[in-house]
Amino acid sequence: MKIGVVTFPGTLDDRDAQRAVRIAGGEVVKLWHADANLHSVDAVILPGGFSFGDYLRCGAIAAQAPVMESIIDAANGGLPVLGICNGFQVLVESHLLPGGLIRNEHQHFICRDQKLIVENVDTAWTNGFKLGQEITIPLKNGEGGYIADDETLRRLEGDGLIAFRYSEVNPNGSVNNIAGLRNARGNVVGLMPHPEHAVEPGFGPDTPLAMRSGIDGLTFFTSVLNQVVNS
Amino acid sequence: MPKIIVEVMPKADLLDPAGKAVANALQRKGNAEITNVRIGKRIELHYEVTPTEAQVEAAKQIAADFLSNGVIEDVVAVTVEN
Repeated sequence: MKIGVVTFPGTLDDRDAQRAVRIAGGEVVKLWHADANLHSVDAVILPGGFSFGDYLRCGAIAAQAPVMESIIDAANGGLPVLGICNGFQVLVESHLLPGGLIRNEHQHFICRDQKLIVENVDTAWTNGFKLGQEITIPLKNGEGGYIADDETLRRLEGDGLIAFRYSEVNPNGSVNNIAGLRNARGNVVGLMPHPEHAVEPGFGPDTPLAMRSGIDGLTFFTSVLNQVVNS
Repeated sequence: MPKIIVEVMPKADLLDPAGKAVANALQRKGNAEITNVRIGKRIELHYEVTPTEAQVEAAKQIAADFLSNGVIEDVVAVTVEN
């Protein structure tokens, strides 16, 4: 199972996303922003970072990159795509997911282990979770405040397109505590927190059992591998 | 040099943290008459020769599709300057 991980200029978490794919049992294919060829991958991850220096708007220039033209076409055809943090911003700027992300309400960059509620498990990237499951993965962003107009919000809520909500604390002022979205088909998921930083015991968030033992993020990557195997 | 100038502002009902920070600083400095500050972007598109009507229309499309994001921003002006 080949999972493509895209690197844009300014991407930071591509190596962590690659590592997460390998730990989950997948084969990594490195994709480059200027190369429109997706090299027959079975799924794509848009990792976090500051693509193109966040110039113009977060994710806006990356959304115009040659690789994104291919990814948008493939995503509309059903290819699983996961956007993490800056990758979520790229998905929103590519119109693969609706709404927008603005500077955090409190104006500070935030970095914390964040509790989330899994709101939807009928997607390529969340099918290994239980509906309503609480998970903890790192969150680190300055522009993670999710917004959308009232009509879009009604559609997101009504059609079950919210994949994750922040639990206990809303860290950035996102409307309706939205941490992540899915598309109608369930192949595209985007979220601000970072599952790829919680995939290996000893390097994840603290849990009641042991320090840094949290691996809740691993399920994103095993979910897509299971889906690809079964399809 | 002919230019098309695109002005983009954050939507009026959205928090503009940069504007708010500047407004707070101005009020600290005793400018009580300034009630609010909002910060947007001015983007210049440069041309060799004065853009045609079709090129101006194309620039307006670029402004709407790429230079701004309609969810969070408004294009408030697209003007040609020779």
